[in-house]
Amino acid sequence: MKAFPASEIIVSAIFILCLATTGLGALIAALSVRIIRSVCGLAICCIGLAGLYYFLHSPFLALMEILIYVGAVCVTIVFAIMLAEPDEQPQPDRHGANILWGGIALTVSVALLWGLWRLSCEADFTSPPNLMTDGSIRAIGISLLTTYSLAFELISLVLFVAILGALAIARTGRTKP
Amino acid sequence: MMQSLSGFIAGFWQFIASLWPEPLRLVLFLGGIMAFVGLNAAYLVWVERKGAARFQRRPGPTEVGYAGLLQPIADAVKLLTKQLIVPAGVDATLFRAAPLMVMAPALMSLAVIPFSDVLSARNINVGLLMIFAFGSINVMALMLGGWSSRNKYAIISAARIVSQNVAYEIPMLLVVITMVMVTGTMNLSDIVKAQAGPFWHWNLFKVWVNPLMPVTFLIFYICMLAETNRAPFDMAEAESELVAGAYTEYSGMGFGVFFMAEYANILLGCSLATVLFLGGWQSPIGIWSGVVWFLLKLYFLVFSVVWIRWTFPRTQFYGLLNLSWKILIPVSLFTLILSSAMLKLIKPFAA
Repeated sequence: MKAFPASEIIVSAIFILCLATTGLGALIAALSVRIIRSVCGLAICCIGLAGLYYFLHSPFLALMEILIYVGAVCVTIVFAIMLAEPDEQPQPDRHGANILWGGIALTVSVALLWGLWRLSCEADFTSPPNLMTDGSIRAIGISLLTTYSLAFELISLVLFVAILGALAIARTGRTKP
Repeated sequence: MMQSLSGFIAGFWQFIASLWPEPLRLVLFLGGIMAFVGLNAAYLVWVERKGAARFQRRPGPTEVGYAGLLQPIADAVKLLTKQLIVPAGVDATLFRAAPLMVMAPALMSLAVIPFSDVLSARNINVGLLMIFAFGSINVMALMLGGWSSRNKYAIISAARIVSQNVAYEIPMLLVVITMVMVTGTMNLSDIVKAQAGPFWHWNLFKVWVNPLMPVTFLIFYICMLAETNRAPFDMAEAESELVAGAYTEYSGMGFGVFFMAEYANILLGCSLATVLFLGGWQSPIGIWSGVVWFLLKLYFLVFSVVWIRWTFPRTQFYGLLNLSWKILIPVSLFTLILSSAMLKLIKPFAA
């Protein structure tokens, strides 16, 4: 079977599409004033991330990303917002506290990014000679219940944190009235 | 002239097919699935209207074409020519995106349904998971549609959709986990292959694996009805209380796409029930298996969905939630534990 012409270009185009979706979703989530749009951005970002996982040969993880983050976390957040408050958002006004918190968040995230960047540039990652598991139910079950059992249990905290955070934000709003 | 032209087309076709069989197959399947969903959505509306009419002892659509068979086309033309109104004050982006977000996951999920031994667009190992992952986007989209309409009926409906879907997703996933444990795979094609043979090899009748298998099927079916917002669980679109629920502000094809998505989801749910419980394309007598059997079982289930809609009245909302949290979830948990116990205790001795 001959390779489809320009298949490499198509594959890299899809990869760039996934990257762009992730980045765009993250930007929407961070920058929009109305919180419901932020949640949509989060959902878009998670779908892009799922695409990236698929590129890393782990369709199971990709689908779990969609199932948990779009299907559960985003729905929970939107539901919490709906129950908490009508859609009327106050006009954004700049407080000193906002700038302080923004500055702290920016510093922390820049430090994190710098650390990750250093790590990915300096550490030599050896690609595994073959895939860790064959992706069957049996292999996934064994690794979830033995090697990664703690991480598996911690996943359940994600939903809890999501609904708490959603309530906290929806009650007070991003910009204090 | 005509012969040389058709010969040229056939030759060209073979040339393309020999060059890139896989991409061509995918494109054909893409077109095929879209056509299948479109055709089914159009004609299931006809089936629904005819069925409703028969259950209520009246003739139903008769004017357009023989027995009203051209009615869906007339409806589609009417919807397509209407203006798409975006009311003032709605969140326009989300308002426009919601119908698309409802439709796309259903189409994508149909790609992993094995219609027959060879007729399956993509045979991936996590097919079952993929259907549920994309199915969860559906809830989000309906909710955003209701929210962005800025209409109190739509918002009430959106809140109902979420609580209903969250409540029924739990027993449905528990049932599916039971099935995954029994079959040992999430590959839909393999699940069907494991049910080969006469009809008592179908998962529905495998009482020696789990004596509650028919109950499991019933739970799956009820959850499917609730997830697709069909009567008696059509709280989301309760015409007599909420105008049209989350679709109140939609006009023209925006409304039409929501309706198509509803029928696409019914098709998907019934296909999944066929694959998981009724042996997919396997014939009940063990020979002549093929796509015909799949379609027969699928349309029997779809007909039963219509039948139920026009037979039972709408339940009340707390009745719906009570059914899920007090009956379906405990029972499905029990079947899960029972089948895991039976797998652990009986299978080693049986094998």
